[in-house]
Amino acid sequence: MKSDLRTFKNAAWLGWQMEANWTDPFLFATYSIVKPLAGTLILVFMYLVIIETSGSGMEMADSPYFTYMFIGNAFYMYAAEVLFGVTWVIHDDREHYMTLKQVYIAPINFYAYVLGRAAIKIAITTVGVLITLVFGVLALGVGIDLGSVDWPFFIISLIVGLACICILGLALGGISFLTAKHGEGINEGIAGVFYVLSGVVFPITALPTWAQSVSKVLPVTYWMEALRRGLSPDAMDQLKASYPYDVTGLGGFDNVFLMLVLVVSSVIFFVLSLGIFRYADLIARRKGKIDWTSAY
Amino acid sequence: MSDTWLMRNLRAVNGRAYPRIIGSKREPSWLFFDIVLPLLTVAAYAYIYKFNNAQEQFIGYVVLGGAMTAFWLNILWSMASQLYWEKEIGNLQLYLMAPISRMSILAGMAVGGLFFTTLRATSTLVIGIVVFSVAFTLSNPLMILVIFVVTMIALYGMGMMFASLYLLFGREAYHMSNLMMEPVYFASGFYFPVKYLGFWAAAGASAIPITLGLDALRQLFFAAGSGDAFLPVETEAAILCVLSVVFVFLAKYSLDYMERLGKTSGRLTLRWQ
Repeated sequence: MKSDLRTFKNAAWLGWQMEANWTDPFLFATYSIVKPLAGTLILVFMYLVIIETSGSGMEMADSPYFTYMFIGNAFYMYAAEVLFGVTWVIHDDREHYMTLKQVYIAPINFYAYVLGRAAIKIAITTVGVLITLVFGVLALGVGIDLGSVDWPFFIISLIVGLACICILGLALGGISFLTAKHGEGINEGIAGVFYVLSGVVFPITALPTWAQSVSKVLPVTYWMEALRRGLSPDAMDQLKASYPYDVTGLGGFDNVFLMLVLVVSSVIFFVLSLGIFRYADLIARRKGKIDWTSAY
Repeated sequence: MSDTWLMRNLRAVNGRAYPRIIGSKREPSWLFFDIVLPLLTVAAYAYIYKFNNAQEQFIGYVVLGGAMTAFWLNILWSMASQLYWEKEIGNLQLYLMAPISRMSILAGMAVGGLFFTTLRATSTLVIGIVVFSVAFTLSNPLMILVIFVVTMIALYGMGMMFASLYLLFGREAYHMSNLMMEPVYFASGFYFPVKYLGFWAAAGASAIPITLGLDALRQLFFAAGSGDAFLPVETEAAILCVLSVVFVFLAKYSLDYMERLGKTSGRLTLRWQ
């Protein structure tokens, strides 16, 4: 256990060095702020255009949907970045730095190494998420009132959801052992599916019925809903009241049920991911792919 | 300019374009990801407009913008970063030693990249049109062609210029490309008309050729597009022509500068920095 913690800590330190040592701290801070904000501003301006062309005279800050979209987009950064970060460890160490074989044969817990590298990705993404949320609240009037936040529910949902994403990343990392050129595509594809089907920036009821059925088996759908209910319960209540039907598609589920779904799906993914990772690891060893490079 | 020199450089263009064209056939699964991934973003943004009952043409703008992201990604990852990667894998010194203009290497990369990116962007566009039942109009196909061609010349000229500059960035190249994705999608109005940024912001963003190219294509493809236009199509075509000349000139200048600097500092082919 002590050895695993040391591996985790050193892997996190290594991850930080790799993420941040290419430039000076000021440029790195700018880079870390500009990228998430620009992604968010695309949605902000899309919504501004919708309001302006609809002629409704509505203010963006008054719209519970805007808060719904903004929070979903901010926390989706975790899904995209952490999923990518975990998987990219395998590809980057093997293809770019060519150090995977040394790490692999070292007397350390390989899972602790991968999760340590992912931890720094979570830390950097957390900065992006916080900056985005603060910008949203201060500059755009996003409906988050710190006094009405359901902190226990929000924090537990955040931790369980992040664990679920890391576990999923582990499975994709296993697949990366066996692929030379598809790691990035698979990552972005899975993250993209979550973006469309998990009610990140629009409620799943906007989707066709068959797609809503898929949405309801994805843990990220419940994660997003739980985070919004925890962080902005008032806006979520307003949104529900603005539509004559169950607009989120998850209105019938209470907070306990959402949490239960998250925990159960994390356990299921944990078992599946470990199975996939171990199987891929075995095949990679048999086929000599641990130190495989393909110039991609 | 002798025939030999010209032929040698044309062969260099052909030779550098060849792996890009043939490469897309060798890994068909890449084609799947290149077409499907932009469609996921397009779908998400289209559903935002749909859910909010936005005007019909906005879904079309998203489909068009999503297709055009292929060109910007190609500029960043296959043009701008390319010379840096060539340096990392040891090809750059071969290019520098070869008795050809460096511009023909960059032109070959641009031609090859443009070919397969156009195929991918067209596929994304067609699938997007079918899935979201977007009503495109083709009232002035000649102007559409002119706008597309000048936009691509200016855009790939910019990519050629970046290729030299990225060599100076070293390890920062990867991060620079990463940094120039979302901010440019935002500033260039890939998913909403750029005029809504306000005149001065849109004017500043027009230094990126795809901003005006997209704005003009939106006007030509959609009946309601002129209502969301930043500038008239003819003005945008004229500005894009100027940008084409400027970027190709700057590409040549920065390539010469980079080569001169590399020779004096001796770091042009040094890896891992």
